[in-house]
Amino acid sequence: MPEPQKTVTEHFVAPVLEDQGRAGIENQLDAKPSNLWRDAWKSLRKNPIFIISALLMLFVLFVVAFPGVFTSASPNSNCMLSNANGSPTDGHPLGFTNQGCDIYARVVHGARASVLVGFGATLGVLVLGVIVGGLAGFFGGWVDAIISRVMDIFFAIPLILGAIVLMSVPVMRQNAGIVTLAIVLTVFGWPQMARITRSAVLEVRHAEFITAARSLGMGKLSILFKHVLPNAAGPIIVIATISLGIFIVAEATLSFLGIGLPPSMLSWGHDISAAQPQLRTNPEALLWPSLMLSVTVLSFMMLGDALRDALDPKGRTQ
Amino acid sequence: MSTSTRVETPETAGATERTPLLELRNVGITFKTTTGDVEAVKDTTITVMPGETVAIVGESGSGKSTSALAAMGLLPSNGRVSEGQIFFDGEDITHPSRKRLEALRGREIGMVPQDPMSNLNPVWKIGFQVRETLKANGLPSTDADVAQALKDAGLSDAEQRMNQYPHEFSGGMRQRALIAIGLACDPKLLIADEPTSALDVTVQKQILNHLDRLTDEKGTSVLLITHDLGLAAERADRVVVMQKGRVVESGPAQALLQNPQHPYTQELVRAVPSLTPEDIGAEDEGAAADEIVSIKDLVKEYKIRGSWGRSTQFRAVDQVSFGIRKGHTTAIVGESGSGKSTVAKMLLGLEDITSGTIEVNGRDISTQSGKEWFDFRRRVQPIFQNPYGSLDPMRSVFRTIEEPLRVHKVGDVASRRQKVHDLLDRVALPRQLGDRYPSELSGGQRQRVAIARALALDPEIVVCDEAVSALDVLVQDQVLKLLGQLQEDLGLTYLFITHDLAVVREIAHDVCVMESGRLVEVGSVEDVFENPQQDYTKHLLDAIPGKDLLETA
Repeated sequence: MPEPQKTVTEHFVAPVLEDQGRAGIENQLDAKPSNLWRDAWKSLRKNPIFIISALLMLFVLFVVAFPGVFTSASPNSNCMLSNANGSPTDGHPLGFTNQGCDIYARVVHGARASVLVGFGATLGVLVLGVIVGGLAGFFGGWVDAIISRVMDIFFAIPLILGAIVLMSVPVMRQNAGIVTLAIVLTVFGWPQMARITRSAVLEVRHAEFITAARSLGMGKLSILFKHVLPNAAGPIIVIATISLGIFIVAEATLSFLGIGLPPSMLSWGHDISAAQPQLRTNPEALLWPSLMLSVTVLSFMMLGDALRDALDPKGRTQ
Repeated sequence: MSTSTRVETPETAGATERTPLLELRNVGITFKTTTGDVEAVKDTTITVMPGETVAIVGESGSGKSTSALAAMGLLPSNGRVSEGQIFFDGEDITHPSRKRLEALRGREIGMVPQDPMSNLNPVWKIGFQVRETLKANGLPSTDADVAQALKDAGLSDAEQRMNQYPHEFSGGMRQRALIAIGLACDPKLLIADEPTSALDVTVQKQILNHLDRLTDEKGTSVLLITHDLGLAAERADRVVVMQKGRVVESGPAQALLQNPQHPYTQELVRAVPSLTPEDIGAEDEGAAADEIVSIKDLVKEYKIRGSWGRSTQFRAVDQVSFGIRKGHTTAIVGESGSGKSTVAKMLLGLEDITSGTIEVNGRDISTQSGKEWFDFRRRVQPIFQNPYGSLDPMRSVFRTIEEPLRVHKVGDVASRRQKVHDLLDRVALPRQLGDRYPSELSGGQRQRVAIARALALDPEIVVCDEAVSALDVLVQDQVLKLLGQLQEDLGLTYLFITHDLAVVREIAHDVCVMESGRLVEVGSVEDVFENPQQDYTKHLLDAIPGKDLLETA
């Protein structure tokens, strides 16, 4: 039972505390400087998914750069038919393929083509998609209308189907290689990146700091590159990381179908394809390249997911 | 728990011995965050008597809204009342059951939320949203009842309006609809959280007058939450001033305003432009000053796209002519949609001029070549309204202030660094702030950075587009004084765009009043304020909250 309040019309004044009264200009600098990237790094450092995927990715990149560290056996020469479908022996830990080649050496050396195609296509998509999407979002109007319709057309063609059709053209077949494949994947992969960039640019296009930059007399293109795109970097990086995984799978798929890299080049896709007939007698020849492919793609996808959580301020809890 | 105290016998019904309708007694509110518990409200006592209007005043983050939300059990899930008790009509509702809480809301305590734009569900008709409230509280909810509720809130043609969607309503009409929802069930207490902050002053006045009348008739108590001390003093019987989660002073509105005791309240009263106007900025030199800008018959037309490719012309600015004196401040005032910002944008060269001329130093700006434009921009710089949007979040303070110098290729690296440091000194920010990013700064600090950026190229004219409107009153006062100081020191010319007449009175020398694209009155600040010629100007002046208090004080 509350006591009835006696008087409520009195003039109450709180005792003056130290932190009250003169409000002044708060100029104290608390804590360390921080910004989007520093905050993102702070949350990534504690994210086990990021740590695992980053370590895996570094490991894969190391294998690509220095395959000699992992195996001295040659992947192509020294294939002896006497070893065909052989079990693991000393120095050949994963056994032999149908052609008598060292599976371990082939898996290690096969990483290079897959990862290079992935990086090449991602780089192409980044350049093409960011520029085209940035222009569409920033200039709007008819520029946006034309780019968006072209984007829709390419969006309607599935990546793999488009690549199969284009790689079947004789000119492409004759020049098949890492660069050709990266270009083909770029041609059908850019709309995704362009669309993300366009929406990120649209979001900041009308911000007052853009108007402030215009009032300074900055040109439209320099505003686009100095103010607009840096603010769109978060989602672009995330999509780039995830695309990397997609392109590695695409390369393997095309090589598996026989229209990716030329047969002379080592690739996980080729090895998976070649091991298929012996699936019942020699499953290891198919298992190991597939496993390596899955782990690589998974590491890039997980990295993209972790980056998305860290760079999306809406998803972050303070 | 007995409710016997609700019965008022003649002996206990004296003004000092009634049961308060709402009482927060030594309440503390704690929020759980990832960095530990934060006590947002400390040892706060607020009492609302039946039929009384109490205003809680404070700057953002002072805990004023949090205290009121706690009374309705609407704290976010990570917040809780950690200390003290809350009584409603003698009943302890500090930790009520969900069922009791649902019964309390609507029926006993109504709420008018802050933002009329986002607090109505856009996919439901207005009438449906009112009916929902009536139904939830078990009241009759026929069309006639819904229309009556809307009519009570001052909405004309309620029968037709109830079948419209929120996007068909203006801001003022939406706020009326929200008031209708808040008052639909005749609550004993209405909590109004910044009910008119998003509205123009004239609409604000209408709405508050209506709310006053309505609550008087029904005997409803009102807990008004506002950042505007003038508005609070004008509308409330008692005022509670909060700072940093604590009540620093509370008392009858008049007494508190005329005789503030706590240093914070004193500072607040001094800072409110409508209560204590003071002259800020350079001395008025009268006609001796040259006109640096002269605007003649300025027109801006926009095409509004209709259906089937038809388009209609919309005149945002219609035949506007006025001059800006060098070294002085000219203010353009008007409500939203009056075209005041469009004039500023044309002067900044951000919008094309449809017809008419703007001459700066005798040169017609629309005939400038690209090179001349580039040089022109050094002399005319803007400061924008929103301190959160006007700085690039990816750039440090140093790089933001340095950018104008880089763009215009002024000096070398060392001299630019020196210039940035001088500018930081000028706007009273420490130099170490240079490597911070905007997200780490307070609103006032950001606006200072924006001012420093605008001053980097030593401009002659600074266009302030609602430059202080988004700031808390103390910060607003500091920024205004800074702008005034800079004008005295550097001889700057300001074009000051604002809807806040009280601010105009402090900083401006000349005033232009705009209404739907047209200039209705031009004159010196004294003339316009002391002797307004046009009805519209009088109307605007009347709507300044706290104006009457000033005259009686």
